Amino acid sequence: MNNIFKKIKSFFLYEIFIGLFLTLKYIFKEKVTINYPYEKGPLSPRFRGEHALRRYPNGEERCIACKLCESICPAQAITIEAEARDDGSRRTTRYDIDMTKCIYCGLCEESCPVDAIVEGPNFEFATQTREELIYNKEKLLSNGDRWEQEIALNLKANAKYR
Amino acid sequence: MIKNNEQTTTINFGPQHPAAHGVLRLIVELNGEVVERADPHIGLLHRGTEKLIEYKTYLQAIPYFDRLDYVSPMCQEHAFALATEQLLKIKIPERAKYIRVIFAEITRILNHLLNIPAYAADIGAVTPFLWCFEEREKLLEFHEAVSGARFHAAYFRPGGVHQDMPDGLEDKIHDYMEKFPKFIDDLETLLTENRILRQRSVDIGILSIEEAKLWGCTGPILRASGLAWDLRRSQPYDAYDQVEFDVPIGTKGDCYDRYLIRIEEMRQSALIVNQCLSKIKKGDVMVNDNKISPPKRSQMKKSMEALIHHFKLFTEGYRVEPGETYCAVEAPKGEFGVYLVSDGSSKPYRCKLRAPGFAHLQALDFLSKGHLMADIPAILGSLDIVFGEIDR
Repeated sequence: MNNIFKKIKSFFLYEIFIGLFLTLKYIFKEKVTINYPYEKGPLSPRFRGEHALRRYPNGEERCIACKLCESICPAQAITIEAEARDDGSRRTTRYDIDMTKCIYCGLCEESCPVDAIVEGPNFEFATQTREELIYNKEKLLSNGDRWEQEIALNLKANAKYR
Repeated sequence: MIKNNEQTTTINFGPQHPAAHGVLRLIVELNGEVVERADPHIGLLHRGTEKLIEYKTYLQAIPYFDRLDYVSPMCQEHAFALATEQLLKIKIPERAKYIRVIFAEITRILNHLLNIPAYAADIGAVTPFLWCFEEREKLLEFHEAVSGARFHAAYFRPGGVHQDMPDGLEDKIHDYMEKFPKFIDDLETLLTENRILRQRSVDIGILSIEEAKLWGCTGPILRASGLAWDLRRSQPYDAYDQVEFDVPIGTKGDCYDRYLIRIEEMRQSALIVNQCLSKIKKGDVMVNDNKISPPKRSQMKKSMEALIHHFKLFTEGYRVEPGETYCAVEAPKGEFGVYLVSDGSSKPYRCKLRAPGFAHLQALDFLSKGHLMADIPAILGSLDIVFGEIDR
């Protein structure tokens, strides 16, 4: 008896119609797609995107050239050279990040004792050429200036977990 | 062999074929449409991870594990973290254990949510692919909220996990896992009874228990053959001894059984996550030993000693006592193991990785013999091959 029932079900394409009915129901569900360049998905304060070098509120650059980020970087993407400045304080003369090598692991940000190098919330930095992805200090500092508000907010939001 | 040569055709399947799952190159010998031999050629994604790890400190090695099987990143970090902890002889805090189990299970769901629709797409169903990616997006948001990256998390560290879960995330995960079984029901409505899927998978690629053991198969593939072997059950690590779950087993060991096992594992994973969320308590997430874990930032900014520890850990890393260990976890694809040898320095002397996919790929030739060419994508899909871990 059960078998006959199964045969009938199978003959009338029962499971196919059930499936089709389900997909029909899904058509009337709320849309989940977003209109990407104008709408974006949520990002947490911990998001690890494009790098930036930050400054203190008085405009002084934070990085003190301790080279911890250079030594922890698993991909060896960071190159730093440093000298004493005219006023005697130690600062970098060269701070390059090869963004094509970087694996966005976040260890540089973790290691930085003065919160200078951070991975900000920006993930839209595709370029036309490879050369443009080799960031120098100037580019990183300008990133820092541009994203400072968001970065500061994110660091504050995540401060109690660090 | 030579006698048959006139009848057989040798064709190249992959490495650019969309059903070849990444960069698999398969040399298939066909007699008409029947497969006589399928010879996988591997190595196109070889990056030398094992050797690279020998030149990295234990902390720096973590991100490499995300990139092995890039569909289930956190489970591999888990194996490395456990192996290092065994060598260091440390016990990690309770909360860290639960967080690890929660995210290992979320990763398992993520992996199966990719494998099942990819398998279905290989044999002709497109809709599950779109649905599952929506669910994956929601789960990846949890990954991102906790670690800062959707895939390459670098979240499980030797000694615990990197940062505590942000406030409110526990509730979000709980809400999601309550609704998740409903989604699996919908997915099953589309697939499980569907005649096209059944015709393409029932009795295709049958693997008996003995053969599965001989080929070194583990995980869902071994369980589909009927052996209830699950490392989470047989040698529980972290908080797996605190949770209750079923180990689903199959009866035949064909592609359909492997699909069913994965569906059931997702249900069990959702249960495990919910159990963990109800049992987890507040507390540390990293061992409180500044020789191994970096000090808190607030401490580091005030205390000279903490600052020195911070500098030591991020330059030299921590030294690990000489010794060797093999540590395996039940990754979504099977037994992922790390064999770690330490010579007492701050870098591993040798790190051998046991990738489940490697053993499963070997079985492909055996499984596809005598089947039609069109069954190869079905068998491949059911084996859950990811080339990041096979080629390493």
